[in-house]
Amino acid sequence: MSKRKERIDRGIKVRSEDIFALLSWKEMLYLAGPRVLPVAVFLILPLLLGPYWQKVLLSVGVFALLAISWDVMAQTGMVSLGQALFFGMGAYVAGICNHLLGLPPWLAIPVATVAGAFLCTLVLVPVLRLRGVYFSMVTMIIPLMLVRLIEATKIFGGTEGLSGMTPLGSRWIELYLIMAVMAAVLFGFRRLMESDRGLVLKAVNDNDRSVINAGINIYWIKTQVLFAAGAVGAFAGAFMTHIYMFVGMPVFALDYSILPIAAAVVGGPGSLAGATLGAFILVPLSEALRGIGGLRIVFYGLFLVVFIVALPEGIFHFLQRKYHQFERWVEVQ
Amino acid sequence: MSPPILEVKNLIKNFGGIRALNDVSFELAPGALMGVIGPNGSGKTTLVNLITRFVKPTSGEVLFKGKPISHLPPYRIVRLGIVRTFQMVKPFYQLPAFKNMIIPLCSPRMKAIAGGRYGNRDAVALDLLEEVGFERDAHVAYKPASALPQGYLKRLELAKAMALEPELLILDELFSGLSLAEVATIVPIIEKLRLEGKTIIMIEHRLKELFRIADRIIVLNYGQKIADGPPATVMESDAVKSAYLGSETT
Amino acid sequence: MLAGTIVYALINAAILALMAIGFNLTFGISGVANFAYGAFYVLAAYGVWLMIHLAHLPYPLAVVLAIAINLVLGVLLYRFVLQRVRGQALSEVIATFGIGLAILELFRYFGLVGFEYTLPVFIDTSVVIFDTYVDAQRLFVVVLAAALVGLLWLFTHYTRTGLAFRGIAQDERTALTFGINADRVAALSVAFGAALAAVAATIIVPLGSISPEEGYDVLLKALAVCIIGGLGSSVGVIVASLVVGFAERITDTYVGSHWTMIVSLAAILAVLVVKPSGLFGKQKQLEERI
Repeated sequence: MSKRKERIDRGIKVRSEDIFALLSWKEMLYLAGPRVLPVAVFLILPLLLGPYWQKVLLSVGVFALLAISWDVMAQTGMVSLGQALFFGMGAYVAGICNHLLGLPPWLAIPVATVAGAFLCTLVLVPVLRLRGVYFSMVTMIIPLMLVRLIEATKIFGGTEGLSGMTPLGSRWIELYLIMAVMAAVLFGFRRLMESDRGLVLKAVNDNDRSVINAGINIYWIKTQVLFAAGAVGAFAGAFMTHIYMFVGMPVFALDYSILPIAAAVVGGPGSLAGATLGAFILVPLSEALRGIGGLRIVFYGLFLVVFIVALPEGIFHFLQRKYHQFERWVEVQ
Repeated sequence: MSPPILEVKNLIKNFGGIRALNDVSFELAPGALMGVIGPNGSGKTTLVNLITRFVKPTSGEVLFKGKPISHLPPYRIVRLGIVRTFQMVKPFYQLPAFKNMIIPLCSPRMKAIAGGRYGNRDAVALDLLEEVGFERDAHVAYKPASALPQGYLKRLELAKAMALEPELLILDELFSGLSLAEVATIVPIIEKLRLEGKTIIMIEHRLKELFRIADRIIVLNYGQKIADGPPATVMESDAVKSAYLGSETT
Repeated sequence: MLAGTIVYALINAAILALMAIGFNLTFGISGVANFAYGAFYVLAAYGVWLMIHLAHLPYPLAVVLAIAINLVLGVLLYRFVLQRVRGQALSEVIATFGIGLAILELFRYFGLVGFEYTLPVFIDTSVVIFDTYVDAQRLFVVVLAAALVGLLWLFTHYTRTGLAFRGIAQDERTALTFGINADRVAALSVAFGAALAAVAATIIVPLGSISPEEGYDVLLKALAVCIIGGLGSSVGVIVASLVVGFAERITDTYVGSHWTMIVSLAAILAVLVVKPSGLFGKQKQLEERI
């Protein structure tokens, strides 16, 4: 008489799947809760935190954007090991616009977002035809190369970088800007991935031959996704430049490539909410661990491994499953 | 005599040292149903791959409605109206069957032939699946593809191709892995496609069923065309017999 | 001057080849991504150092032990990490890279950096070749590199286990039907790769000093050589090491040391864009497309 675990949808989930959910407060809450909660958190959190943790929240927003852009690319079959490329490109363009060309931040940031995305896409388009692993390797290598190039040619400030950017104004503008953008990107991309177009994107990842056979140009699709994800990453970089009022070689650092992947993996690969959740968990964790210095990265590494190997579904999917379903032991018949 | 819809001229394909296709040529009239047969490894799927440009020919030309297409990328060729099915059916297993149809329905070809928005894709998908025999009241179309038997999966593949309203439909071993009963349900669908004016090429191993519906057969062996004509003539040919059965040593 | 550059370029090539061999075995020949390779290299080096200076073991014994430890660690890495994510290439990369990261940063945290962290050379003499002084250790590198590449080629082409290594990369299912235990072979491949990293470390580290930074560099260089030469090809490793070795040396002498890494990286990019399977790669057309 052995037992097995059975997963069944919760009663409230089934009841709330129909239009009759409108008849019950409890069911509407069940549906609205997961959607309203994050928005509420984004709006309220900046008000609740002290100045140190507000700065951390800015980082969370930036890394959440990077993680979301990584996840969207990954769902389309482009696994990037170098989000730092988009981040750094956006950062440098913003720095150049502001420091060298004198553009104000509210102009420099959008320009950097678009131009950064454009440049990165241009660089990566030649390798879109390659098998996944090769694409990933190229994304890993380009930021490394850019760092050395800057170091060797000493352009754009070389090893010292550019400093003295104009700040964004008040801390509140910074906070709510990043929260707003994060919310917009999260919900926007989520809608995209749930729609029919999103299905085509996921199909490109799963079975690209089938998609070609439907008369769809997969390279154009990949280019578009690359541009969109690149824009998000570039925005994050441009934003960061104006927060720290500095841009230099560190913007291409491995950190900006690895942490988004870790956030997405921990939070739940294949879901944008998961990537955001991962960022919300890992960035504060990393701050809290700042005291132990270099060991932080050791933790990232181990965290990453543990999650990829043991919990590949990620925290978000786990929570989602628990929310919608319950488990019980039944006898095997 | 209307001009041929497809002209294949001296197609050659080398894979490293192996010549998979050796100087194959033929012309196909519109509305015909041509079968391509031959022992395993004779180059049938390679021929399809070359026509649809999933693989680049080493030399030779393919003309569709009089215009060369060998330089076009595969997705372009699909948009012109040549659609193929794959021998190894690979649907999106976690998705329900009708969701699998969404991808072809999102194709730019739909805009070209339907002149604009195609309407509710889910509804169109369900209709198309019903045409190929997914019983609507049994809700078969809603089942995840992983739960469907091979007969349904093959029909799903066919439906995906039909959704694109091709002018030339190439079916790569559609009948393989199916029981006689399942084949019997698919044949009427193919006949209906013929009546709609589509040209069809079928690569098959199931000769009996093929010969009943095809009006012309091409036989390939070791990459070469060894016979071309109506089914009855082809089966009498000595070359074909020795290719399939081996020649006797006297 | 020119003769000296050429001689040192050859030696550089040999160093690169030595670094790349283990990685080529695991990733190129068996198709198992072990991005903790650099960490294994550094681990072996520090291991030997610790054994000599803390446990006061004789040098040859320490070397043998380090190689053995790496073998075991390779198997453990496979069993506990890689086996679970086998088949999903990028999960393999990320998981092993995570481990490598953890190991290297751990060493960095413990602060084992500095000139005293080096290993003794085997023989302390110099030879003169073409008017250039070359120390014996460097000659050793060249000889060993050539020998190992040759041995590896023989191994993977003529021995049962070696052929199995190649088999599981090409088609795991078919390999299984031949009675090849894919998991065991893959584990062995990772172990051998790690052991080769240990060998490389023992020979190369005496030329300089060890630092955790080396771990990343070794991984990158091994990756560069394997990709340019073509994953899985022993001839490719030789040719690629020569190409990169010469390019690096010439850049270093005539342009500037900052540009050496750029040249290697640019070389990888060029190969990936033009001919991803590398100069001598076996996985051709159908693998690269899309």
